[in-house]
Amino acid sequence: MNIDFSEQELAFQAEVRAFLQAELPAQTSEKVKQGLRPSKEQTVAWQKILHKKGWMAPNWPVEYGGTGWNSTQRFIWETERTAFGAPEVVAFGVKMVAPVIYTYGNEEQKQRFLPDIIQSNVWWCQGYSEPNAGSDLASLRTAAVQDGDDYVVNGTKTWTTLGQYADWIFCLVRTGGPDMKNQEAISFLLIDMKTPGITVSPIYLLDGTPEVNEVHFDNVRVPVTNRIGEENKGWTYAKYLLTHERTGTARVAGSKQRLTALKAKAANTGDGGQVLSENPAWQQKVAEVEIELLALEYTELRTLAAVSTGKAPGPESSMLKLIGTEVQQAIDELNVEMAGYYGLPFVPEQLDDDYDGLMIGPELAANSAPAYFNNRKATIYGGSNEIQTNIICKAILGL
Amino acid sequence: MDFSYSEEQQMLRDSIGKFISQDYDFDSRRAIVDSDTGYSMEHWKTFAELGWLTVPFKETDGGFGGSAVDLMVVMEEFGKGLLVEPFLANTVLAGTGLSEAANEQQKQTLLQPLMEGNLQLAFAFAEPQSRYQLADVQCSGQIEDNQIVINGHKAVVLNGEAADKLLVSVRTSGQTTERHGISLIVVDADSAGISHRAYTNVDGHRAADIWFDQVTVPVSNLLGEADKAIEIIEMVIDRAALAVCAEAVGAMQISLERTVEYTKIRKQFGVTLASFQALQHRMARMFMEVEQARSILLMAAMEMDRLDGRAPRALSAAKSRIGKAARKVGQESIQIHGGVGVTDELDVGHYFKRLTTIQYQFGSTDFHTARFAGS
Ligand SMILES: Cc1cc2nc3c(=O)[nH]c(=O)nc-3n(C[C@H](O)[C@H](O)[C@H](O)COP(=O)(O)OP(=O)(O)OC[C@H]3O[C@@H](n4cnc5c(N)ncnc54)[C@H](O)[C@@H]3O)c2cc1C
Repeated sequence: MNIDFSEQELAFQAEVRAFLQAELPAQTSEKVKQGLRPSKEQTVAWQKILHKKGWMAPNWPVEYGGTGWNSTQRFIWETERTAFGAPEVVAFGVKMVAPVIYTYGNEEQKQRFLPDIIQSNVWWCQGYSEPNAGSDLASLRTAAVQDGDDYVVNGTKTWTTLGQYADWIFCLVRTGGPDMKNQEAISFLLIDMKTPGITVSPIYLLDGTPEVNEVHFDNVRVPVTNRIGEENKGWTYAKYLLTHERTGTARVAGSKQRLTALKAKAANTGDGGQVLSENPAWQQKVAEVEIELLALEYTELRTLAAVSTGKAPGPESSMLKLIGTEVQQAIDELNVEMAGYYGLPFVPEQLDDDYDGLMIGPELAANSAPAYFNNRKATIYGGSNEIQTNIICKAILGL
Repeated sequence: MDFSYSEEQQMLRDSIGKFISQDYDFDSRRAIVDSDTGYSMEHWKTFAELGWLTVPFKETDGGFGGSAVDLMVVMEEFGKGLLVEPFLANTVLAGTGLSEAANEQQKQTLLQPLMEGNLQLAFAFAEPQSRYQLADVQCSGQIEDNQIVINGHKAVVLNGEAADKLLVSVRTSGQTTERHGISLIVVDADSAGISHRAYTNVDGHRAADIWFDQVTVPVSNLLGEADKAIEIIEMVIDRAALAVCAEAVGAMQISLERTVEYTKIRKQFGVTLASFQALQHRMARMFMEVEQARSILLMAAMEMDRLDGRAPRALSAAKSRIGKAARKVGQESIQIHGGVGVTDELDVGHYFKRLTTIQYQFGSTDFHTARFAGS
């Protein structure tokens, strides 16, 4: 056992830092550090910079354009990226649909879709959940019925994150008959969002942003060639993808960066003649979160180490998601608490890039409550924390 | 010992309950929040006509009676409807300040029209650096030749834009954070030298940051004695804290009810959410949180009415415990609703927002825990 970086790893760290120093646009990192979502343009611009460097897809096999990094290198990358305030890449393309395409897609599909994903030419969104199929995803009802060379798709997907930006959507649809078992009646379809019959309507979240959407399919014709793998095997592919989705949701590096920023800020936050960072109750609270995060960091490293020696990320990834999101939310809450009365004003315009008016309250305060409200989603999406708990009960404890 | 409401208190509660259910559903509230003023003048008039604006005031001042228990009854009902009309800013904050410190003439010109619904007030006490320490006052008031010249910045003043007059805490002598040397002054909101930036808070209430630049008022605008306002300010803030504690109890009760109802309707895996024991247990805990909150609220309100000096400690116990409950109940109601819980469309999210801001107004949970420990 050894936690020090090797010479080579230190050299890699230096390379990463130099790259971020030189290439990361200042306005983008400023936004990320404030907990704001960069615009579509900022995100795509950054991803194109990453691609130019060859670092867009650390999770892909080298043959398709992956970096070939080991788990330590990935860890270094994540740590440095977040410390510099570089945005996370949008997961839907490179981290979600791409692994399904290169694992289960045919040659033609790989040729057709993977380059646009790694080059960030196409924005993907995820069409799994439906109004009546949330935690029980397999009960989804969006139907795809074959008609000649096409499927005709009808139904409603919901909670589609950033669907308003998307060029393509990957969907789980029901292709099997009503008497078939749900898990054996689902197919995995790639759908061009410009196809006639698709309408996207925004859903506003508690922070006032239309981050998610409802996507309606009204007799949408999708070529059968857009199906990944076999008909009615979509559930298997989706489950494979879900474990991918869960690793990385711990966001350890991001939480560390945010805690560091929080502590620095608390040292400058007035507390009735003193500073907040010296308030014992505050110190205790921050320390508890930090300690939990430290443990989580090593839990994640242990999991990653096991994966790199050949094991697939198993049900342990549920734990990373669960504790990781709890820590994220604890930090969200500390930000609100630190803001005190300045956590109350909701002045969304002052979060805009081009806002040059008077700022209400100190830095980090303005978005603290909206971010806290919004991020309650973290324990709900990607398989809620209750569902993750159920997985641990079943798959690990054998209950 | 008797924990039942008097007949008058019951009538008050019923009349507010009726108003909320008839005239203040979620969509009407949303329209009010989105309107220019952020509250309904028509409703405010109704409150005045029904006598609700007189509740926290003594009978000798023309009020309903002024007990903390009465105030609790009102605020709990308001909490159930997430009312955004500026009752807290006017009637509780400014009103308590007036009722405790105003002279007869000030009561005539300020308290009377306030109770009649014809005057809008705001209580400007917090400053950017002060957090919850009420004696941390940097805003200065220089007394010279029968005049007071005010300079400084007040933060997140509830009803700060609509207010006709502001009750402002200023430092007339001594050092920042010293208890002695703080005064309360009534200032016309349109005085020369005042500027403000108004906004809506995350919970739908209106507020403003207000700057004073050489604002000059006559010495007769002092509320109470010069330099000796800290105890009055503390009393005001404790009252306001009690009021939001009661509001939180009302809001928690509705959040719990909505959550339980929802789990009985929403089905996943072919069964209702309510059938999952993991969720049942959590709703049972939410229920216990609401009950504990209600108990400590009653205790604090009754202690406050005894006027024997034990109120601050009791109040801190209530604010601390209710803050904890508000956090738990708010978060759990969102989580148990799943995705719909984080949308703007459903009311639970709005209860959650108010339950959040209440935790950080008039002293946070930690602040009151520490004050309790030190008292
Ligand atoms: C902001 C946001 C973004 C999202 N983005 C996407 C996206 O891009 N694409 C997409 O397809 N989906 C997305 N989702 C959907 C997300 O995956 C679902 O919200 C999630 O699966 C939960 O489903 P639900 O909201 O229907 O809640 P429900 O399934 O109705 O659950 C309600 C509550 O019951 C609990 N519960 C359910 N079953 C059990 C059980 N067996 N035991 C104990 N408790 C249980 C849940 O944990 C939850 O607390 C997003 C959701 C949100 C909120």
